Amino acid sequence: MAEAAAAAPALQLEGVTCTFPSPDGRGRSYTAVQGASFTVADGEFVSIVGPTGSGKSTMLNVAAGLLKPSEGRALSFGQPVTGINPKAGYMFQAEALMPWKSALDNVAAGLEFRGVSRAEARQRALPWLSRVGLEGFGDRFPHQLSGGMRKRVALAQTLIVDPKIILMDEPFSALDVQTRQMMENELLDLWAADRKSVVFITHDLEEAIAMSDRVLVLSAGPGARLIGEYRIGLDRPRDVAEIRMTPQFLALHQEIWAQLRDEVLKGYAQTKLR
Amino acid sequence: MRSHAKRLPSRPVILLLQLAVLIAFFLIWHVLTDTKILSPFFFGTPGAVLARTWADFASGVIWYHLGITLLETALAFIIGTVAGIAFGFWFARAPLVSIVFDPYIKAVNALPRVVLAPIFALWLGLGIWSKVALGVTLVFFIVFFNVYQGVKEVSPVVLANARMLGASSRDLFRHVYLPSALSWVFSSLHTAVGFAMVGAVVGEYLGSAAGLGYRIHQAEGVFDTVGVFSGMLVLTIFVVLIDAAVTMIEKRLLHWRPQDNHGGQH
Repeated sequence: MAEAAAAAPALQLEGVTCTFPSPDGRGRSYTAVQGASFTVADGEFVSIVGPTGSGKSTMLNVAAGLLKPSEGRALSFGQPVTGINPKAGYMFQAEALMPWKSALDNVAAGLEFRGVSRAEARQRALPWLSRVGLEGFGDRFPHQLSGGMRKRVALAQTLIVDPKIILMDEPFSALDVQTRQMMENELLDLWAADRKSVVFITHDLEEAIAMSDRVLVLSAGPGARLIGEYRIGLDRPRDVAEIRMTPQFLALHQEIWAQLRDEVLKGYAQTKLR
Repeated sequence: MRSHAKRLPSRPVILLLQLAVLIAFFLIWHVLTDTKILSPFFFGTPGAVLARTWADFASGVIWYHLGITLLETALAFIIGTVAGIAFGFWFARAPLVSIVFDPYIKAVNALPRVVLAPIFALWLGLGIWSKVALGVTLVFFIVFFNVYQGVKEVSPVVLANARMLGASSRDLFRHVYLPSALSWVFSSLHTAVGFAMVGAVVGEYLGSAAGLGYRIHQAEGVFDTVGVFSGMLVLTIFVVLIDAAVTMIEKRLLHWRPQDNHGGQH
């Protein structure tokens, strides 16, 4: 049993379909994701790209156990995900910090929830704050921090509880380009240190290629399906800004973009129709 | 926007202007009653009102009445707040309860509470508890609606994040729902304390043997206008002091919130 668990992939989605009732309660229901199946190996960094409204977040919520799929199932390290996935950490696209807690208390929260005393949790949160470059900012409240700093706090908050797989939903999409590239490099450094599995959702293909081992392409919704899979063999460690200039990167970008472009156009046509 | 606004004078100048308004008010009052344009019998004179107030404080009789009113206010505030928080949580977490009771809550809240004062006096006597009860009916609804709103308005992302970090439902209550609800309660603190006070004074006014409302009512009964105005002056100073204290408490408790963000009903 233990052996099977060790060999099992960090995340496995089997024919996951998510259907939502239409908002007004009548009319046709809306299918966000249709029969999605993929696996993420232990220690692998996988990005999922797709046009707006292709149900990327929906799949992540299924993996996290926040959402029960209408059909199919999710497995994490061989265990079916029922309820909150205890092996997963989740970094949200929107602001998710508790605004009434200081940066330090926000980072310490996960340990407190696991029964660590408040004093010890704060003690252990301190090195995490400096690891994300926020030494001396522990007593600031989220509204007193910049958008980039808040994302760093969220990153430390997610990593402190040592999740085996990290789910990231466009975590840096609200940041300006410079801050974003800095955060991407820091994330890669932290990831390289202990090689957790990462599922990284983004609509930015360059970001996906620069960071990942593998890129999955999702079709336009409704009823989005996985339509492409690309292995990214670029050398590590990488610098996300520099790697964009290399010929291998450009070739990969061209290849994936050729497929993604059609889906983006389809998605765009649908948002215009709506 | 801001840069186009007219620049205001500095703080000391504003304070001086505010003081000037107060002095002008007393001066006009003095001149009008001194020249008999307004009858001193109906309007009192500022000199007499200040002298009476001073004498009341000097002899110490006013302290007892102040203490009673303060006690009633504090009790009404505490009981109303605790009950409001408890029921606010219960209603917010139990949708069926909130839907079934919704029309009744609205009906009771729409009722002018003053009409309850005689009933409370009948039930609870002329002591402090009939005043406390009146204050509680006022405070309860403010706190209740704010807690209800606070629990309902918790960001689903913050909630999902806490759950992903391993929060149990007890943790969610302590670390997410309660702070969110309390921020709404604190932002309505001024209103709640003010209403607790209204309950106490109106209750005293309508029937009691002690308190500031009682003193004003007594003075009115014997056409002692100076006594009425003196009572109003003491009440005003008292309210201003309490409000300042509430502002200080609010600043301490809500320091995590951005300054220009005002949640809560007022």
